[in-house]
Amino acid sequence: MAAHGSNYINAEKGLASWFTTLDHKRIGLMYMISVLTFFLCGGIAALLIRGELWTPGNTLFDATVYNQVMTYHGAIMVFMVIIPGIPAILGNFLLPLHIGAKDVAFPRLNLASWYVFMTGAFLAISTLFTNKIDTGWTFYTPYSLKTSTAVVSMVFAAFIMGMSSILTGLNFIATVHKMRAPGMTMLRMPLFVWGIYSTAILQVLATPVLGITLLLIAAERLLGVGIFDPALGGDPVLFQHFFWFYSHPAVYIMILPAMGIISELITAFSRKTIFGYTAIAFSSLGIAAVSFFVWGHHMFVSGQSEVAGIIFSFLTMLVGVPTAIKMFNWLATLYKGSIQFRSPMLYAFGFLFLFVIGGVTGIMLAVIGLDVHFHDTYFVIAHFHYVMVGGTLMALMGGFYYWLPKMFGKMYNEFWARLSFVFIFVGFNVTFFPQFILGSMGMPRRYYGYLPAYQSLNQISTVGSWLIAIGFLISLYTIIQCLMSGAPAPANPWGAKTLEWTIPSPPPHDNFDVEPIVTAGPYEYR
Amino acid sequence: MNGLAALMSPAQASMALPSQGTLLAAEFDNLYAFILWASVISCAITIGGMIYFALKYKRRTNTDKTAYITHNTFLEFLWSFIPLVIFMVVFGWGWMIYNKMRTFPDNSLEVHVYGHQWAWDFTYKSGKKVANEFVVPVGTPVKLIMTSQDVIHSFYIPSMRIKQDVVPGRYSALGFTAEKTGDYHVFCTQYCGLNHSSMLAVMKVVSKEDYEKWLQENDEGLTLAQRGEKLYSGKSCVACHSLDGTRKVGPSWKGLYGQKDHEMEGGLKLTVDDDYLRESILLSNAKIVKSYPAGVMPVFQGQLSEEEVNALIEFIKSLK
Amino acid sequence: MSTGNPAAHSDHTHHTAHHFRDADHEFVTSKEGIWLFMVTEILMFGGLFVGYFFMHNRYPEMFAEGASHLDWRMGAFNTVVLILSSWTMALSIHFIQTGRNDKATKMLLTTIACGAIFMVVKFFEYKAKFEHGLLPGHFFHAHEFTAPNLAMYFGFYFCMTGLHGTHVLIGMGLMVWLLKRNLRGDFNEHYYTPVEGVGLFWHIVDLIWIFLFPLLYLVG
Repeated sequence: MAAHGSNYINAEKGLASWFTTLDHKRIGLMYMISVLTFFLCGGIAALLIRGELWTPGNTLFDATVYNQVMTYHGAIMVFMVIIPGIPAILGNFLLPLHIGAKDVAFPRLNLASWYVFMTGAFLAISTLFTNKIDTGWTFYTPYSLKTSTAVVSMVFAAFIMGMSSILTGLNFIATVHKMRAPGMTMLRMPLFVWGIYSTAILQVLATPVLGITLLLIAAERLLGVGIFDPALGGDPVLFQHFFWFYSHPAVYIMILPAMGIISELITAFSRKTIFGYTAIAFSSLGIAAVSFFVWGHHMFVSGQSEVAGIIFSFLTMLVGVPTAIKMFNWLATLYKGSIQFRSPMLYAFGFLFLFVIGGVTGIMLAVIGLDVHFHDTYFVIAHFHYVMVGGTLMALMGGFYYWLPKMFGKMYNEFWARLSFVFIFVGFNVTFFPQFILGSMGMPRRYYGYLPAYQSLNQISTVGSWLIAIGFLISLYTIIQCLMSGAPAPANPWGAKTLEWTIPSPPPHDNFDVEPIVTAGPYEYR
Repeated sequence: MNGLAALMSPAQASMALPSQGTLLAAEFDNLYAFILWASVISCAITIGGMIYFALKYKRRTNTDKTAYITHNTFLEFLWSFIPLVIFMVVFGWGWMIYNKMRTFPDNSLEVHVYGHQWAWDFTYKSGKKVANEFVVPVGTPVKLIMTSQDVIHSFYIPSMRIKQDVVPGRYSALGFTAEKTGDYHVFCTQYCGLNHSSMLAVMKVVSKEDYEKWLQENDEGLTLAQRGEKLYSGKSCVACHSLDGTRKVGPSWKGLYGQKDHEMEGGLKLTVDDDYLRESILLSNAKIVKSYPAGVMPVFQGQLSEEEVNALIEFIKSLK
Repeated sequence: MSTGNPAAHSDHTHHTAHHFRDADHEFVTSKEGIWLFMVTEILMFGGLFVGYFFMHNRYPEMFAEGASHLDWRMGAFNTVVLILSSWTMALSIHFIQTGRNDKATKMLLTTIACGAIFMVVKFFEYKAKFEHGLLPGHFFHAHEFTAPNLAMYFGFYFCMTGLHGTHVLIGMGLMVWLLKRNLRGDFNEHYYTPVEGVGLFWHIVDLIWIFLFPLLYLVG
């Protein structure tokens, strides 16, 4: 029984107690600090990219540096922010709470996952100081085999971080299967858990293929194995198949947890039961399953067979259906609800707005005849930023503001949180909507210089990036101010119904004093 | 790049697409317009619905009662089925357009394309070789047979709405029939290293007679310096060396010949004479000009004939 | 809990971790964790198998030539050794479950010995390749060969058997750890989860070899 007034933060004192903790909540916070730091690095790279693209020629630096900056922006954001992001931070913190458990299935493995992640991250960052890579985050061969930069270190770093992702996914699957409180059937779990669960399945099944692909690049560079290098009889397009076999499911690793958060936010801030629980839960699994069969839509013009292209285009259409189902179910949840515009809900609305744009442009790209024109242009960049930033990052921000009171026991200043939303939302659209136009006008991606006709749209986009930066800085200020002087948060500031709101803010070390007995679903707002 | 056609014709400006270079580009634009409108309508419904519900069902008191609606099978079926139908329609339509893009008539005029870091070389069946600027006749099916000499590149003609990766170790193909004469941008669209964004080409579509005339043209009648000028773009010196004094990856050629006290890395100072230029061209890494990167310029030993080297040197001499 | 076996007499009664309901809950959860990890191992090797199939289809003569340098008898012997070791591993679990920890110790030692035999045979195989210059990629310097890119075959050979061999060594290390814990009296008929886990790992390592052997040694 936890001493009265003690919680997971003050239960043990000293830095060493954090680095040896087995508490999923502390591990979630440790991931939060790491991931946010890496987000800052990737964000600076983004500002540098947009700064350089203010003019068609040399604005801040030359093409050598630009190619490195764009590579690190991608690699850091993908491997060190968006893929770990929601599962490692909010998944770790909330999963046991949501299912009424004391911890995840394998707490020591959980801590090990964090150390493994940090090892890979440090190796990746170290390349910034040794021999910055310039391959783009996708490491396409043969360029990645020939460039004399620290590719081997970076692929090992990504391999190590992939191991962390696998171990986290494995932990979460076992947790969902085996650690649920009595009465918590699968269909009574919060939809956030369904999101994390489907993601964990992808992490476990897809990441090993990335692992072996990265090892093969290293083997190719170190030993000259010859599998991808045409000069040695290898096939560079084979690399793309291997790479995208993981990297397509990876984008669903990025979005499924975000969709889970949106279900939580919409129900809590409409005080209404979710519309179509079963459909949303199974659509997460459906998206995860279909995601394994669509990787070739990244390769329509790569030289893969035309028949394969048609099949991939068709299957990609199928993945759009469960996604549409979710969107409509969320909207239907709003109907006859009682909607409160607190900042988490603003981020949820932002998600709905931006994700639908990202989604329809995804359909455009899935149409093979259209993709031929749009592939490798700014249209694609706009699409994936709409879904990854407009989708995942918005949901992460909404989730932060929703669960911050639970995590720290303090309320934040609503005005600043809302202001941050406005800057991020407006800034995001100013940055990325023009990029759809640039892409359809033909501007290719990864371009250091561009035709003068593209300049005004590029400049608008750059101004947008500054607005986004301001928005995130405001959020950083809001969180720091909250931690330092926020008002004490009650156990359930939002009146929500999932299990984490039944325990104090911040939660005690062992989560539940008495194991909860669950008798109903998670959204019984009646 | 003077004298190029506008990137966008006014008619296309509303959809932000480049000018339509082929009939297929027009078909592409029709499909795109359809899906764009379908998307706008979908967004209006979803975002409009969201805003409407948000305002209509705004919380009034802290004890508001909300409806307990768990599902509605009919609605759920409807909003699964209708999107599926729309997706299938655009899938099929896109498939048809893709088929047309990938159908190359037997009587196509074939041009061989070689992509390499960082320029495009074109060889015609007659043996004529050009670089970065190539000419095709209007109204004739053209087939580009492409391969790369180093890493993956991609050949993209925005006005024709087509692109295809150019891969080392295999051939890939692009086909089109240009409808209008004019100059069209070509971009490399697969990241290929340092000068990926300057690996541009221009496709000049001319009348059939002009094409035949151009095909007959050769270098006879050109002075040595003029031949050097053609090599300047043909061998992609232009990618790294400017003619107007601008610093690029390599030193500018303006006023280069005859410079005394030209400083190298390591402190050596020399005069830029014919011997120095010859060594710089053929053995690029023997001496590096101070403050410029080593190991970037290709080694042209064995790639240029004596006459070509002379032509380049004469061209450089002419740049005051 | 005493079984009359002196080796089982210990202070190391296993304490179920506090977030589990009981020992059985911990056991089934741990087993699920190991199974999930094994799925990822199979997928990782699977990627290599796919690469192998793809290149084999492209260069069938080259692969046949490469395979002709492998001694299928050594491979078959190693296969038997590994299958035997899976059996002894399973026996060691059985003995712990039935309270005969000293027999379990013998079985663990046998399994480790089998692993060692496997690696020794591997050593001789590799040594023969090195002597003939049949090395991967740019280290290839054989003298008489036909296929120009034969180095690719040996790239696959060394990557696949090397990755597998690394897992054999890891398995052996895990078994030494189990041996230590068994001698210390950590395991009994109520608690043997780590043994079960390592056993599963070892079976998968064996299974992967059972696919590697025909693919590399026989299919050529």
